[in-house]
Amino acid sequence: MDLSDTAAEAAFRRGLRDWLGKTLPELPPPPDPDDWPGRRAYDTSWQRRLYDAGYAGVHWPVEAGGSGATPAEHLIYLEETERAGAPYVGANFVGLLHAGPTIAAEGSAEQRRRYLPPILSGREVWCQGFSEPGAGSDLAALRTRAVRDGDAYVVSGSKIWTSHAEVADWCELLVRTDPEAPRHRGISWLILPMDAPGVTVRPLRTLAGTAEFAELFLDEVRIPVGNRVGAENDGWRVTMVTLSFERGTAFASEVLAGRRALGALAARAARDGAWNDGELRRRIGLLAAEFTALWRLVQWNVSEAGAGGVPGAGASVFKLRFSEARQRLYDLAAEVLGSGALLLPDQADQADRSDPAEPAWTAQRLQGLSYTIAAGTSQIQRNIVAQRVLGLPRPGRSGAGGG
Amino acid sequence: MDFRLTEDQRQLRSGIRALLAARYDRERLRAAVDAGGPLDRALWAELRAAGLFSLRATGPTGLGLGPAEAALVFEEVGGSLLPGPLVASELAAAHGVLGPGSAPVAALLRLPPGRGPLLVEQLPELEALLVLDSAAGELRLLDPAEVLPLARPVRGVDPLTPLWEVTGTLPAGTRIDGADPARIWAEGTLLTAASQVGLAARAVRSAVEYARQREQFGQPIGAFQAVQHLCADMLGRLEPARVAVRAAAVLLSAGPELTPRARAEVAGAKLLADEAAARGARDCLQVHGGMGFTWEADVQLLLKRAWVWQRSFAGARECAEELAGQVLADGSR
Repeated sequence: MDLSDTAAEAAFRRGLRDWLGKTLPELPPPPDPDDWPGRRAYDTSWQRRLYDAGYAGVHWPVEAGGSGATPAEHLIYLEETERAGAPYVGANFVGLLHAGPTIAAEGSAEQRRRYLPPILSGREVWCQGFSEPGAGSDLAALRTRAVRDGDAYVVSGSKIWTSHAEVADWCELLVRTDPEAPRHRGISWLILPMDAPGVTVRPLRTLAGTAEFAELFLDEVRIPVGNRVGAENDGWRVTMVTLSFERGTAFASEVLAGRRALGALAARAARDGAWNDGELRRRIGLLAAEFTALWRLVQWNVSEAGAGGVPGAGASVFKLRFSEARQRLYDLAAEVLGSGALLLPDQADQADRSDPAEPAWTAQRLQGLSYTIAAGTSQIQRNIVAQRVLGLPRPGRSGAGGG
Repeated sequence: MDFRLTEDQRQLRSGIRALLAARYDRERLRAAVDAGGPLDRALWAELRAAGLFSLRATGPTGLGLGPAEAALVFEEVGGSLLPGPLVASELAAAHGVLGPGSAPVAALLRLPPGRGPLLVEQLPELEALLVLDSAAGELRLLDPAEVLPLARPVRGVDPLTPLWEVTGTLPAGTRIDGADPARIWAEGTLLTAASQVGLAARAVRSAVEYARQREQFGQPIGAFQAVQHLCADMLGRLEPARVAVRAAAVLLSAGPELTPRARAEVAGAKLLADEAAARGARDCLQVHGGMGFTWEADVQLLLKRAWVWQRSFAGARECAEELAGQVLADGSR
């Protein structure tokens, strides 16, 4: 059990810290959260800087264009970028953390050559077309249909909760290629060009008041067969690879962000007197323990998975605890803000701008309500933990109420 | 960074696990309950021979290992529900408070005490009573024979933890020079947290095992989502607690100095481990239903021991305050 940097890791950390120290002051101010073209431009230009400096896709293998850093160095990358207050992956999230790693692991040589470099250099942005109105947590119930016609699939159906869809170039799309097969067996994983004829994007307004994601309508869209990743009807297995990346380390940097925001919350509580409330203080202490332990869990999982390993079902434990910890943080912030927690984020006292680590609490609180729903609800994560990690039996009949 | 257990650590853990399984199985556990939780001197001697009390000692008899190894061993010891003040005894051995020889039996108290009476576990069996005086910042050694007349046996909640209540004024004892009380307190807190993790893991195993074999409505209760979610949450509390304990142990292994980071992670580990153990035992009882409420079922032993360890070394209040202070220091930097 060793948590200290090796000589190589220490050198990597130093180099990255120096580069961040030089580069971050040059960045323009971040765009308005609702300005999606602005966010795309900002996020991809940050990605370009990472690319030019050799820090793009640190955790990607060298043959996929990444720097082939070890999993431990990937965690150092997350620690240092968070510590320095660097921008998030933002619009590059799906490309860098889902689609890219999936294509690197399951795509053909030609697909890797075509799609990976533009993700790394910030030229192209991806979105995710997995969920449908009738297939959320029960993803295998998806109905978007793909019918083979010569060298193309003709795709019709609709997708929902498609983040960044308005500004994406590509979509990782799940379609049903064999309606006769058992539901997990007839699915394929396709690469959809977002500018293809028949694709309509309709932004969805969330309870936070923002257009965070969209509905996607597909009307006889032709997608070349060459855009299929993995074998026909093998899309479920490919999807499980994608989702294990998501549940593994995709949220790791958010644990660090949570810890940092908690520090800012404590500082604010100390400034305005809320700190004298012992109960509130101790809840802050308990959350600090949570975030630290979640980071240690990431380090543990990464060490256990080893280089190139795909995170296992145990990642569901992380996802479960992380989502709840994040929501408790915002509820605690509301306690500190008092009646200020009822004001929308554009009101002045939401965050103290003298502290760059302090987020706009109410915006985050609203946004954070999605944590226990997105990427598999907490109830689904509990099913996975119970059945696949603990080995409890699957429900035998409907009366058992399983999922 | 490689957080995985080393090969030596795995062997150490499996060695102690095998010993405990062979010498303290369910039959002996229940015999100990019937006998009121006596100290099993023969077993303690075997544990000493296996290195439990010399893990961290240096010199010819010691293994010279660190807190990380001690924490791993205490996960196993904690899961076994073996009675006795094991943590304080390990501390006494590691810090050379008692000379080499028989297996040490020591308890550690802190003054001023928290709320409630001043309780000492296994008082007549002790060879040493350590008192950590927070105000003076020193560690003192008291002769248990001098304390015994000031105490009376009381009925404790845990059938495996016989308790004595000290009612008189404690003698001054002798000051132990060269001891770092804050460090010793942190080590005791860590090893207690490790014990809780072992207990919580046993609670998960027990609940899952029962949920797989107990049938209701024509199927194992473990197939019901409500039961599955109880069990998933037990594991969800156990895993972060386990890594928190291991990380804190690694930080304590870095050197004799007690850094603020190490202090904070020890506090966090104890907080999470106490919760994983006490809530885990409660959930285990819930999964067992009416059977879990009986004296015959072992669930009560898990729950009651978890309560005892919650009150051993740093408690929830102290840990949460420690962490809050650390968050504020970090956040204001």
